[in-house]
Amino acid sequence: MNVIEMNQVTKTFGKHQALDGLDLTVRNGEVFGFIGPNGAGKSTAIRVLLGMLRATNGTATIFGKDVWRDAVDIHRRVAYVPGDVNLWPQLTCGEVIDLFASLQGNVHEQRREELLARFQLDPTKKCRTYSKGNRQKVALVAAFASDAELFLLDEPTSGLDPLMEKVFQQCVAEVKAEGKTVLLSSHILSEVEKLCDRVGIIRQGRLIECGTLNELRHLTRMQLTVETRTPIESLASWQGVHDVVPTETGWTFHADAEEMEAIMHKLSVHGIRKIESAPPTLEDLFMRHYEETAEGRDV
Amino acid sequence: MKGAPFAGVLRLSRFMIRQDRMRYMWWLVGITVMTLVVPPAFNELYPTEQDRNLMAETMKNPAMEAMVGPGDLANYTLGAMVSHQMLLMTAIAVAIMNILLMVRHTRAEEEEGQAELLRSLPIARHSQLTASILTLFGVNLLLALLIGVGLYSLSFDSMGLSGSVIYGASLGVVGLFFAGVTAVCSQLSESSRGAVGLSFTVMIGCYVLRSVTEWIPPFGWLTQVQPYSDNNWLPVVGLVITSLVWFALAIILQGKRDIGSGFLPSRSGRAHASILLRHPIGLAWRLQRTAFISWSVGMLVLGLSYGSVLGDLDSFFQDNDMLAAMIVADENSSLTTQFLPMLMAVLAFISTIPALLSIHKVVGEERKSRVDHLLGRAVSRNKLLVSYLVLALCTGFLMLSFSALGLWLAGTTSMEDPFTFFTVWQASIVHFPAVVVMIAISTCLIGIAQKATGFIWLYLFYGFLTLYLGGLFQFPGWMEKLSPFGFVSKLPIEDMNWLHAGGLVAVAVVLLLFGIHRFTNRDIEG
Repeated sequence: MNVIEMNQVTKTFGKHQALDGLDLTVRNGEVFGFIGPNGAGKSTAIRVLLGMLRATNGTATIFGKDVWRDAVDIHRRVAYVPGDVNLWPQLTCGEVIDLFASLQGNVHEQRREELLARFQLDPTKKCRTYSKGNRQKVALVAAFASDAELFLLDEPTSGLDPLMEKVFQQCVAEVKAEGKTVLLSSHILSEVEKLCDRVGIIRQGRLIECGTLNELRHLTRMQLTVETRTPIESLASWQGVHDVVPTETGWTFHADAEEMEAIMHKLSVHGIRKIESAPPTLEDLFMRHYEETAEGRDV
Repeated sequence: MKGAPFAGVLRLSRFMIRQDRMRYMWWLVGITVMTLVVPPAFNELYPTEQDRNLMAETMKNPAMEAMVGPGDLANYTLGAMVSHQMLLMTAIAVAIMNILLMVRHTRAEEEEGQAELLRSLPIARHSQLTASILTLFGVNLLLALLIGVGLYSLSFDSMGLSGSVIYGASLGVVGLFFAGVTAVCSQLSESSRGAVGLSFTVMIGCYVLRSVTEWIPPFGWLTQVQPYSDNNWLPVVGLVITSLVWFALAIILQGKRDIGSGFLPSRSGRAHASILLRHPIGLAWRLQRTAFISWSVGMLVLGLSYGSVLGDLDSFFQDNDMLAAMIVADENSSLTTQFLPMLMAVLAFISTIPALLSIHKVVGEERKSRVDHLLGRAVSRNKLLVSYLVLALCTGFLMLSFSALGLWLAGTTSMEDPFTFFTVWQASIVHFPAVVVMIAISTCLIGIAQKATGFIWLYLFYGFLTLYLGGLFQFPGWMEKLSPFGFVSKLPIEDMNWLHAGGLVAVAVVLLLFGIHRFTNRDIEG
């Protein structure tokens, strides 16, 4: 069963087309990564799903119910963490978490305490004194302490330090193990790679690619920097090697993920002195996507 | 000044002045203008000694004395009148200026980490505090000069040089006193908000205690100065000395603490939400609690001050053609009774402000994306908006009631033949349907075009102008009928017009339903 279904959803603000025929399905029990650059329409899509924005056209449902008409009903089973968490400066962290919990259903005392400890939050501190990351943690504790069946997380880690990001990843893994569904939006590819079963890439209000990470492998190229004992003259003509740039002591280039094995094989013949690899960034992925579609058009 | 405990003070002062010169300028200009417009206005309103003596008579009551302090009522010259009615109020403005500026230069800088940056430079521990004191000393000196010279240059007979100088000087030293108080509070509290709060508490405490005994500095001492009559310098000197004591105390305290810390532990709040806070309306109330309490006190005090003059109105009116033109002439009731609807109308306009602020809170919450937390959970838009609406309606009702209560309380002490509470309350609460219409219009604006919600203030001001000044300027009658306040019955001199009141309520209900409907059908901005 699909938890989220969006069919040809458009949303316009005046002349600006924020969503342009977005199709999105999230299946029950999966962690779905929703990635795209800033301004691509991720937050707009999530706000449509929450019934805060009314879609100009198209249909959107959660648990089979209309996101606009049945918003309150749906929200009883949904936890939402916005990317920019604004809280009330005069309330304490504990008060905010209790307020959120009681607006949704039950307060789980034990879970609340445990999450506060894991995210290292002091419930007696006023929100006024909190940094962006700490406010985000408050929203995350409220979300993970709830009974929600679907988690809508809009760039929830943008203010967290690496340690807290780890805690967040554990929490996502835990709710997944309980069979719950997560929609995680992000503009950081590596984060999505670690957590998600399937990934959808949004750009200019449209889903341009969607599938498991393996299915998207054709879009991911590693960036490699190598130094070898003997020079490699023919590197640029190898299968799966792109954008070769000579450096003072070696080369940097991009390598297709599916050709990696062969490339490594050939490289080792030249005696590798040093090799560095960097995972593909979202930008690389987009570049690749456009190259592919442009090539496709040429053919 | 190498190695001295105050190295770099002058450069820091210059830096502060450079940074905040516009802020200083606006404060100084504001307070000076506020002072200088009053004597010509008084001169216009009370041109003869007889007029002023009448005014002096109305001042002879405990409520007025508690508010503005004692004055030279026996010899109520223009100068004595200005210093009696204005000095204490202006001193409060000066105190607020000093509190805000001092916290800005001391605790706020420390809180934001700028102080740490500066102290890593070859600058001594006490330099920043000393520089702040020096800067504010300069600001207060300038203020004293501006006001002293300004008042003298108005060249009224009863406002001579020595009186003007001491008027300015006494304001300057009150400023200095609160610069000192705030310098100490900034050492005690760990946050700038806490320091401001603590300093304001001291200020309000001083003001309230002053009405009990005149020997409470600085406001009690200030009212002993009596510029333009006694010209008593002793309290001014006393305030300079106490300010120096505060400054010394602040410097000593600063020497005993680490940067970023305070002497008062920062209070931690509740770890759990109370039962009340677990509902949208509880949250809405919690967000407005402080504002509600402040407005309630304000309306009560305003009612008290209006009520305290009721006793002397009849004699006062006979000599003031301008005011007489503003009220309805009627042979059957006393001028005081006839004046009551107008007082109540003014109080009703002011009572509308907190009610509108209350409903507008939901717009502020939307702009800050904080309604998302509620709407993203199981709270419907209806429930959200209605929570704020209920509070706004209660606020309007209670503010009208509080102002009536204040007016009645003071009226019973000052009048020979006082109104009953019910009469006063009726005259006030009769405005409630109009207040509800204003709230309903705001709700519509929130539903249709939240960017245009500010329009309601213009409309409120229009209603005030047509009603308050309409009689004076002889505006045509239909102009006041364009505002809901134009349909309010003038109790107790008119009969209650139930048709009008019912009409206002009906209009309000329609607008409210429409506004709520629109709100549930539009995009939530964030």
